[in-house]
Amino acid sequence: MFNLSEKNKKFLVPIVSVIAGFLVGAIIMLVWSYNPIQAYGSMFISALGNMNGIGETIREATPLIFTAIGFAIASSAGFFNIGLPGQAQAGWITAIWIALANPNLPKYILLPVCIIAGALAGAIVSGIAGVLRAYFGTNEVITTIMINYIVLYLCQYLMQQIMSPKLRVDMDATKAVSANGSLHLDWLSNCFGQSRINAGIFLALIALFCFWWLMRKTTTGFEIKAVGLNPLASQYAGMSAKKNIIVSMLLSGAFAGLGGVVQGLGTYQNYFTQTASLDIGWDGLSVALLGGGSALGILIAALLFSILKIGGLGMQTIAGIPYEIVSIVIAAIIFFIAINYVVGLLFSRKAAVKTPTDHYPTNNQTVTLGKEEQL
Amino acid sequence: MDLITTLALIVSSTLVYSAPLIFTALGGVYSEHSGIVNIGLEGIMTMGAFAAVIFNLTFAPVFGGATPWFGLLIGGLAGLLFSLLHAVATINFRADHVISGTVLNLMAAPLGVFLIKAIYDKGQTNNITANFGYFSFPGLANIPFFGPIFFKNTSAPAWLAIVVTILLWLVLYKTRFGLRLRACGENPQAADTMGINVYGMRYAGVLISGFLGGIGGAVFAQAISGNFSVSTIVGQGFMALAAVIFGKWNPLGAMGASLFFGFAQSLSVIGNQLPGFQHIPSVYMQIAPYVITIVVLVAFLGKSVAPAADGVNYIKSK
Repeated sequence: MFNLSEKNKKFLVPIVSVIAGFLVGAIIMLVWSYNPIQAYGSMFISALGNMNGIGETIREATPLIFTAIGFAIASSAGFFNIGLPGQAQAGWITAIWIALANPNLPKYILLPVCIIAGALAGAIVSGIAGVLRAYFGTNEVITTIMINYIVLYLCQYLMQQIMSPKLRVDMDATKAVSANGSLHLDWLSNCFGQSRINAGIFLALIALFCFWWLMRKTTTGFEIKAVGLNPLASQYAGMSAKKNIIVSMLLSGAFAGLGGVVQGLGTYQNYFTQTASLDIGWDGLSVALLGGGSALGILIAALLFSILKIGGLGMQTIAGIPYEIVSIVIAAIIFFIAINYVVGLLFSRKAAVKTPTDHYPTNNQTVTLGKEEQL
Repeated sequence: MDLITTLALIVSSTLVYSAPLIFTALGGVYSEHSGIVNIGLEGIMTMGAFAAVIFNLTFAPVFGGATPWFGLLIGGLAGLLFSLLHAVATINFRADHVISGTVLNLMAAPLGVFLIKAIYDKGQTNNITANFGYFSFPGLANIPFFGPIFFKNTSAPAWLAIVVTILLWLVLYKTRFGLRLRACGENPQAADTMGINVYGMRYAGVLISGFLGGIGGAVFAQAISGNFSVSTIVGQGFMALAAVIFGKWNPLGAMGASLFFGFAQSLSVIGNQLPGFQHIPSVYMQIAPYVITIVVLVAFLGKSVAPAADGVNYIKSK
């Protein structure tokens, strides 16, 4: 009989979820008498139909790759790092602040310092949750949510009250960083129709490789995965659960912080007032969930969501359909990922009907039940 | 400003800001006691606020001053419908509670704004005309000293929230339904063995949280924000979640925590009118609820306080 192995399920679930998510979006559009075919058509054309669109799509994907890696590392260790927005925001404001304060340092010093400082800022923010989890058993979902808001208001305060007014344009935005602190590359931007694509994408690809290497080839990665799969067994095998909790949260926050850095030094070139938790944090979480935590999966999922987000802007202009449908589709996709149990069930049920044992209901039922328990 | 006016200002604005938190936190308490973690409260509030504002704008000419009260009901129903997603996903389809709750949060604001754009062709609604405003209790408002502070020009939804809290505390700890609900959150296997319908109880818990969260959103929209846009509900639901924990999963505790957070929020708004508060940066008041929640979690709570099976999917064996 057709056996839905874990490996097949790993591929089927994201594909089925994406299709189902698009269908949900189409149904909502139909209900409000928008044309879904025109909507999705204009979406893909404006994201991929010209060089500027492609450049912007890659630019949009860059921070998402970082935040998704951050989520995936914590997730491997068994933690739900929902604090990506705060960690990214800390990385963003730190990198911009350092770049603005030292505009005349040579590029080969200033840029690495900004990037590392941003990663450190993200790591410190997530490290708080990691330490609390390791030493006090505090639930990281709650602490990271709370820290998101603490960071959100603190950044506002830091920019408006602590940062030197000379670095700001007004109360709500800083000046743009100098060329020495920017990830902008003229030739790259020119290649892609003057879009905001920047050197961040190269950093993101390196980060993906590092992530793959870390999780597959290093002892640290192995221990993180082991602790995530079975904390007691790994403790018995001599791994320190405390150490691995903290290490995985620090790494997770560092990558999320880098997501904020490329958003700051690459996309916007400045920092400005945020009224809600950063999108790149939530989108990174979605990307990691869709990508199943693998490097390749994250790359593909980040590009897909970026096509949606950049294409959505074009869709709003061309087809007059509210941009928010994009976020609805993304949320729907994650909903279907979350109920992957059903997707598995769907396929095993279909397969069961095809088997000859179908004529013997009792027998068939036991087979199906056995399958369910495996899932 | 004399003492009574100052205290009245503090109390009334505290009540105004607490009311949405109390309703929503009560919802969180019920959901978590049934064993379903609900971090989707933020999204549920957003849907409640959305529905209440639409209703209010449409029916204010019909119902006049009673409109916001009907709006509460509509907001609650919208929250209940929306929470059904979470219930189906976590109870029947074995979804991770945190992921499913996150989906509610990711979905609500875009869905609300999409519908606003589809209906009104713009990104945010007009301001509602019939809002809660201030309410004075006849008779009680004339009590010397206490009357002007607590009962004159105060927030009616907040007093309703306090009454509802006491009722829900009674239901949770003094009735058969409450006992069964808590049993499903503590030990679903044992509850099932005793013939309790665990899935049914968990549905009840999540849908009650949806209804109350929707009411919370409706109160916020009709008493504080006055319209609906993408930034109407930012963090209120998470603050309510914090109140659930600070209040140790007890309705009365959650109410106390909500009142305290409401006080902190109102101080960051009215602080510049109060003597002694002008020089404290408002950021301290803004972050206080979140910092306090973390401190409480770390310092005062053992692991045993949350319902034992909170967040654990129950898979009934056949």
